[in-house]
Amino acid sequence: MTPSPVATVPDERTSARRGGRTGGDAPIGTSRTSGYVFVGLYVVLLLLFGIAPTAYAIYLALTKVGGGFAWGSNFARAYDDFRFLPAFEHVGEYLAIWMIAEATLILVLALMLHSLARRTSAAFRFLFYMPGALAGAASVLVWLFMLDPTLSPWHLLLSGMGFSQIDLVLLPTHLPFIFAIMAFWTGAGGWIVVMYGALNNIPDELLEAARLDGANAFQSALRIKLPLIKKWVVYMLILSFAGGTQLFVEPQLVGQATAGLVSNTWSPNQLAYYIAFINDNFNEAAAISVSLLVLGLAGAALLVWRTKLFEIS
Amino acid sequence: MKFSRFTWRIIGLIVLLGFTAFFFVPVIWVLLATTKTDTQLTSAGPFAFGAFSHVAAAWRALFGFQSDAMLEWLKNSAIYSFGGVAIAIVAAVPAGYGLALTQFIGRRTLLVITLITMIMPATALVLPLFLEMNVVSLTDTAWSVILPFSFFPFGVYLCYIFFSSTIPKDLLAAARVDGCNEWGVFRYIALPLARPVVALVAFFAFVADWNNYYLPFVMLSDNSKLPVQVGLEYLISSTEAFNPGNPGAGSELVKRPELALAILVAIAPVAIVFLFAQRTLVKGMLAGATKE
Repeated sequence: MTPSPVATVPDERTSARRGGRTGGDAPIGTSRTSGYVFVGLYVVLLLLFGIAPTAYAIYLALTKVGGGFAWGSNFARAYDDFRFLPAFEHVGEYLAIWMIAEATLILVLALMLHSLARRTSAAFRFLFYMPGALAGAASVLVWLFMLDPTLSPWHLLLSGMGFSQIDLVLLPTHLPFIFAIMAFWTGAGGWIVVMYGALNNIPDELLEAARLDGANAFQSALRIKLPLIKKWVVYMLILSFAGGTQLFVEPQLVGQATAGLVSNTWSPNQLAYYIAFINDNFNEAAAISVSLLVLGLAGAALLVWRTKLFEIS
Repeated sequence: MKFSRFTWRIIGLIVLLGFTAFFFVPVIWVLLATTKTDTQLTSAGPFAFGAFSHVAAAWRALFGFQSDAMLEWLKNSAIYSFGGVAIAIVAAVPAGYGLALTQFIGRRTLLVITLITMIMPATALVLPLFLEMNVVSLTDTAWSVILPFSFFPFGVYLCYIFFSSTIPKDLLAAARVDGCNEWGVFRYIALPLARPVVALVAFFAFVADWNNYYLPFVMLSDNSKLPVQVGLEYLISSTEAFNPGNPGAGSELVKRPELALAILVAIAPVAIVFLFAQRTLVKGMLAGATKE
């Protein structure tokens, strides 16, 4: 699933207010070598488990199984695979639904909570945030139960929609929706906390001034609050995009629970896994991994250089 | 159509309560499911309470499954997570300090790489990591999971932000004047002050490691080495209700209340950390908001 959105709370808050203030002004007298000692272990880990696998993946993607330079043939074969396009389509549909839900529901909920009394909103935030503890395989399992009309607490809703058994709910065309619901269930609360924090950072004077100028709650939300938290929304969407392309555990477990109803190459990552371990072709699998990596990198680069969310002074 | 303020409040309340139900009903359902028998799950109504004796029975069945497999998986999860968190902290705290408060060639580059690797989903590197581990014959060992866990750029970034914004530079300068060397300044001045950020990094690393599915799924093939998240998949495949007519031949079967209990047991550590860390986290966030 997407990287924990809550994980961004502290740095966002601090980096927002401290942009460009720090760094570059190390106290006089610090020796250069001491810096290397401090970052040493981390750099070793970065090289071994960040840089090396990336380089290895690129190398594999560009070489043939038996050795020798392959140019783009691994990519061409992967892209030509009849499962490749559908896998990306699946993830694309899932991402579209999930990101639209983020950009609408999460913002509306955060704005609503922000207008409540602090204590009440804290209670709601906690309730929304708690399912985050069930991320990963646990959330898939929970939703396998929730979507089974024979035992679900939502059985009235499900049967109202014409679903009498779980096989009808878990139809392939429904899966992007279902995975978006799972993502929303575990991830939305964390993002609501982040957005709430960002809203709290807006100076009261600004909102007060808007009120004096005659803005009602909707106008101040639309014209003042939203523009001011826009960059966090962009941040949320890019992180979700990068993480969402990596979908694996959800289709994997749903496939397991429905005994073959869901293809085991539903998502690109599953396809890469399948090609690597079942077809025993790591070079072609690496081509898919590298493609996914490029998508993630593009998102990351966009965030770091275009949104100025992070301080890298 | 123009609604009065009052109407809007009611609509707002309904929306909030609706979402509260969406977020919380599943949790309550899972809790209640452990009190029922498999038949009661479908016959007794979703919010009916069974009996505590059923919880005990489900517990015995779950932990008896394939001679203590569940306990084994939980132990594995603990080893992998604590191992990963420990190394991540030992690496991240000095690194954040070094990036924030010392000067060296390549500092900015390292910071940019850290940011990029922090945003990039780690999943994309799992297959190449597997091959790398394979080269050094570490696949199917605890190290193949712990070592990739210990690379935690987000923790480095958190420490970097912490040290560059909350440690007064005068304090460090004073220590230097008093004859502290660089390591001493870090060890005796910065580190004791860094306790909140260590807790923060530990929290995020632990949650990420405990919930990680794909990495151990790829690295480990021996059933007895799986962490509990991957163990859950194994339980699903042994659940008759999910595999009608096709339960693994000769294997023990899992009933759905046991599966519900397995969910709760599997996430318990993270849920506990969530509950306890809530205050620390909020405090950390507020600290960021009030200082300046």
